[in-house]
Parts: sequence; C-alpha cells; structure tokens
Amino acid sequence: MIDPVLPGADSARTPPPAPVRLSYRDAVREALRAALRADPRVFLMGEDVGRYGGSYAVSKGLLEEFGPERIRDTPLSESAFVGAGIGAALGGLRPIVEIMTVNFSLLALDQIMNNAASYCHMSGGQLAVGLVIRLATGAGRQLAAQHSHSLEGWYAHIPGLRIVVPATIDDARFMLAAALACPDPVLLFEHAALYNAEGDLTPGLAAVDIDHAAVRRPGHDATVITYGGSLPKCLAAAASLAAGGIEVEVLDLRTLRPLDDAAIVASVRRTRRAVIVDEGWRSGSLAAEVTTRIVEQAFYDLEAPVERVCTAEVPIPYAKHLEDAALPSPERIVDAVRRVVGGDGSG
Amino acid sequence: MRTVIEFRVEYLQRLDPDGNAVGELPAFARDPDEVLRMYRAMTLARAFDAKAVNLQRTGQLGTYASCLGHEATHIGIGAAMRAEDVFAPVYREVGTQLWRGVTMREILLYWGGDERGNDFSGPRADFPWCVPIATQTLHAAGAAMAFKIRREPRCAVATIGDGGTSEGAFYEALNVAGARALPVVFAVVNNGWAISVPVAAQTAARTLAQKAIAAGIPGLQVDGNDVFAVREAMSAALERARGGGGPTLVEALTYRLSDHTTADDASRYRSAREVDDARALEPLLRTRRFLEKAGRWNADRERELLAECARTIDAAVADHLAAPRPSTDAMFDHLFANLPERIREQRIAARRHAGTDGH
Repeated sequence: MIDPVLPGADSARTPPPAPVRLSYRDAVREALRAALRADPRVFLMGEDVGRYGGSYAVSKGLLEEFGPERIRDTPLSESAFVGAGIGAALGGLRPIVEIMTVNFSLLALDQIMNNAASYCHMSGGQLAVGLVIRLATGAGRQLAAQHSHSLEGWYAHIPGLRIVVPATIDDARFMLAAALACPDPVLLFEHAALYNAEGDLTPGLAAVDIDHAAVRRPGHDATVITYGGSLPKCLAAAASLAAGGIEVEVLDLRTLRPLDDAAIVASVRRTRRAVIVDEGWRSGSLAAEVTTRIVEQAFYDLEAPVERVCTAEVPIPYAKHLEDAALPSPERIVDAVRRVVGGDGSG
Repeated sequence: MRTVIEFRVEYLQRLDPDGNAVGELPAFARDPDEVLRMYRAMTLARAFDAKAVNLQRTGQLGTYASCLGHEATHIGIGAAMRAEDVFAPVYREVGTQLWRGVTMREILLYWGGDERGNDFSGPRADFPWCVPIATQTLHAAGAAMAFKIRREPRCAVATIGDGGTSEGAFYEALNVAGARALPVVFAVVNNGWAISVPVAAQTAARTLAQKAIAAGIPGLQVDGNDVFAVREAMSAALERARGGGGPTLVEALTYRLSDHTTADDASRYRSAREVDDARALEPLLRTRRFLEKAGRWNADRERELLAECARTIDAAVADHLAAPRPSTDAMFDHLFANLPERIREQRIAARRHAGTDGH
C-alpha cells in the first residue's frame, strides 16, 4: 500500500508537534468518535455497526464507548435506514448513516435521489436534509461483480447531493466534520482498498474543507487528475515516471460534486496535458465530465488529447488476475502519461 | 369490537433431537432407503462444505459461505422438489444444489472466481447463487408467473435468510405471489443470525412465518434441523402450488453453526455457549440416531460413508484445481450479444496488460 499522505505537508511549521501515525480506518474511526463527542445530536446507524464493528471494522469499539442509542444496528433494510436517516435529520438530529458498501445503496436509491437530494428544494427551503451517508466503495478485494462497484461518479450526477471522497489520512480524519457541518446531504465515499493504508496525520491540522481539490504532488509535464482509491496508484505512477525524468502533477479532486473547476483548469493550464484516472466505468463516467470541463475551459491550452484510465467496462471479475486486469493500475497510468507527454512515450 | 379474522402459525417437527419420530411419519420417512439417501446427501454436503472452507483458508478459493448446520433444510427442500421445478437460492444452499445435480466442480469454480461455475450442467433452469439480498424472491415469483402463463405444472422455490425478510423485495415478492396465486414456495432459512444481527433485533415479529399472513398466503414453521419435517412441509406446499393453490411461506428454524462467511469471525458477537447449545440440535446427529434405531446404520457404515465422501470430494477438488484459469477475455464474455467496438478495444488492452496470452 502506498502512503497516500501529501509529501511535505508538514514542512516549515515551528515547532512541529510529533506526527501521529495511523491507518485510514483508524482515522475514520477517530472522525466518528470526535463527531459523537462534539455533538449530542450525532448518531451512527447502519447494518452491523455495533458489536460486529461496522463495515471494514471502522466502528469497532464505538458501541462500547457510546452505547446502543448512538451506535444503532439496523434491520437489513437499506431503504428503511436511509429513509429514517432523512427523517431523523429533519427531526433535528445529525445522523451518520453507514451503508455497508455502495453496492447496497442501490436499494436506497429512491430515498437518496428522489428524497434526500430534492427535499430542501421542493419544500421551498423548509426541509434541509442534514444527513451524512458513509459508504465503502470500490474494487480490488476480490468481492466480485455485485460487491465491487465504484458509483461515486453516478451519485455526482445528482443535483442536491454533495459527494466527497477522502483519499488521505488527513481527509479521512477531518472530512466527516466538514460534511456534518454542511446543511446539504453529503455522501462520503471511503475506498475499501484504503482502509489499511497508514500515514501521518499532518501535525496541527484541525479541519479540512470539502470545497477544494488538492495538489498531492507538484509537477509540470502533465496533470494526473484522480480521487479516492486511485490516488495511491497515481502517486506510485508519478514516482515511477519521475525516475524517467517525467514530472507529473497529481491532483486529488476530493469533492466530486461540486467539482473544483478552478483547480483542474489551473493545473492543466500549467502542464498542458491531462490524464484522468477514475475507477468508474469509462462511458458516462466522472472522468468524462472532467474531460469535458477541460475541453470547455482549457481547450487551447492543451498540447495533447486528454487520456482516461478507467475500469474496463465489464462486471468486476472475482478472480484476482482478472480483477487486476480490469482496474486502473500504476502501469496503465504510466502508459497513459507517456502517451500524452510525447507520442507513445519515446519523447 | 368484534374479531374480523384470526390467524395462527403452526410448527411441524417429525424427528426430535434424539432421533425419535414425532407423530405419524410421512411415507418417504417410512422408507429406510429413502432416509438413507437423504442422510448420505446431508453427510456429503457437510463434508464438501468443510473442504471448501479449508480451500479458502489455504488461499485456493475466494470468500465462501458455509452451510454447516443447514443440511436438513437444504436436503429437505431439494428432496421435495421435482427436477423440472426451478430453484432460486441465496449463496449458502450447497446441499440443495448438490441434490439437484449441480456439481462440486461447478460450485468450486464459482467460489474460486470463475463465473462458468454458475452455468450448471445439471439443473439448467435453476438460478445462480444470489449475493444481493432478497432479489431472488422476486425472480422466483416471476418464474412462477411464467409457468402459470404457460400452464406448465412446475413450481419455483426461493430460499431466503432471516435477515433478508427485512428487505422490501421480500415483502413485494410475497405480495405479488399471493395476489396472482403464483406457484412458488418461499423457504425462509432462519438460522438465527444475519451476520451479527440476531433475529430478535431484526424484527419484533414472533415468527417469520407470520409475514405470510399480511400477504394473504399460508405460512408455517418447521424444525429446520429435521429433514423429515422440512421435506414434508415443502412437499405439501409444492403440491398445493402445482395444483393452482398459490404460494406458501415455509420458515425453517435452524442455526448457522459457522461464521457468516470465511470473511467473518462470529466469536466477536455471539457466545461459544450459544453455539454449543445449537450444536446439540444439529441435523445429522438426529438422522443418524434415527437410522441406528432402525438398525440401518452403525459406526462401520459411517466410516465407509465418510471415506466415500472424501474420495468424491477429493476427485472434484483435484479436477477443479487442474482447470486452467480463464484468460482476460473471459471478463468480456456474455456481456453483450455483440460486443461494442469500444469494449472490444478494452478487451485488447486487457490482453496487453496481462501478457499476450491473456493470463
């Protein structure tokens, strides 16, 4: 696992407190713990969040600490507990709904899309749905076609929702608080392949925004635009390209709706080349949307056609060797960067 | 106030935990050869299941959902069905599938990550393993609708776990099946646990069988560790459905002696004592006791059977492990009748990624 923390993030601060090293999973758990401590209106609800410890053991220990009123196991009814989350938010609480994985969110799609996303607008501003839904997402763990979806781009299609995607330890630790502070419904996607990633929390950091993209590695030859579970792959590709003298800028979108167009366009204007890495399927993908925005806003700055590295448009295979072949990989990212930088990599 | 209508839920047991008959046994249970056939199938399912878990533990199989403790329910369902009926399982019904002619090699192929395992050589019309929860109940209702429209004397059987009965799809399936008197039987395999959530936390309903009442269809409970009771109740429900009498819900009360899947550790959320208590009620033990009392079984025969099961399973495992793994082309197979050009390009790219042979 590649360390997804921004290199050099803690530079030039005096005196730096000792860095805290933790896993992405622990960072999310700390975020939940802090939110539960800070606001009595906050509670966590979902399938197996209690004694089982939640999806990927994120909520382990929270039942013991906060009790069953605030760490609430639900019946196996996604539509019910997402709908109840909407109702609880309208009733004055700040629910965090955990949908075990994004795959199960499809059973609650009507609640998310036709209700959470539109209530505030359709009630003339009366009913703001201050709901945060956390979802594990993504492939790479041999869970086969029905348990490996990356649907962040899909959800980013829906007006009224904010889609945030923590890819670093800092964001895993602090994005939840920003999401809870946001009056809109927020879907927070945690890539399953990141939970075991370890990194240092930036010393002194107490909050992050959910408005801006972040440059995770500066460079001038091309911009690699990505988010979530693909960030470590992009950083690995960038390191490998640097060894060959190609310096790419890696831009972590962080928030998929609304997209930070300014950051995307500013970086592409600097590097004049773009590769978008998105674990979603290519057709109709978030990568397609980012490409379009680049073409709309920075077309005359481009030196090469935009490249996309996406997941093969197939149901995600169960077998390891097939799953690996279907997903974006550092090698495929390197190949794409070489194509945009010069012919097919010779220059 | 006056009572408009009253309901009750009945419970059927034919074989107690000590292997004694309860009430009058149905004809199949009075035929020792038939009982032996079911016992052998239950034993084979258990042995196969243990082997599959071992294969997963040694990295030779993907995540696997054990059926330990469910053998009577699985074989009782299988034995009640006709070959031409359609079975829509969850992901745990190894016993029923083996009974209906799905091969061990196919089961291992699937859980090893090869979708060809779901292309059953035996029951061609049976549905594949269903990992999404409760969706198969609607498919079974739809298959039953097709049989009814075509006036075929066939039935569909859907299994579903206790947790699955909280899903909207389950209620919708019961409702549509009842409203249209479809020839389908819903077998609720209540094993006590939906991953970490016990039935008592899943629903305030005293039984899951009573969920049938709101749909206007019959529902009953059976001892799911009693292969006689499961088969008898399922047979009656299937004959009723076949005769135009509509659907039935059969709730089989059993216990998940294993973890939820090989990715779970149930000791995190339930006590060893509870599991030990449940083990005393498990289904093979009582069937064996019944056969011993009838003079049809002894330790030597048990040893022979286990050795025979091991031989069968080892041969299937060897066959499975020797099977060449699929090339990257396989992930594009059967996606469209004619693969669109852009996806054909992706197929070529995947070959390049994997090496020229696609491996």
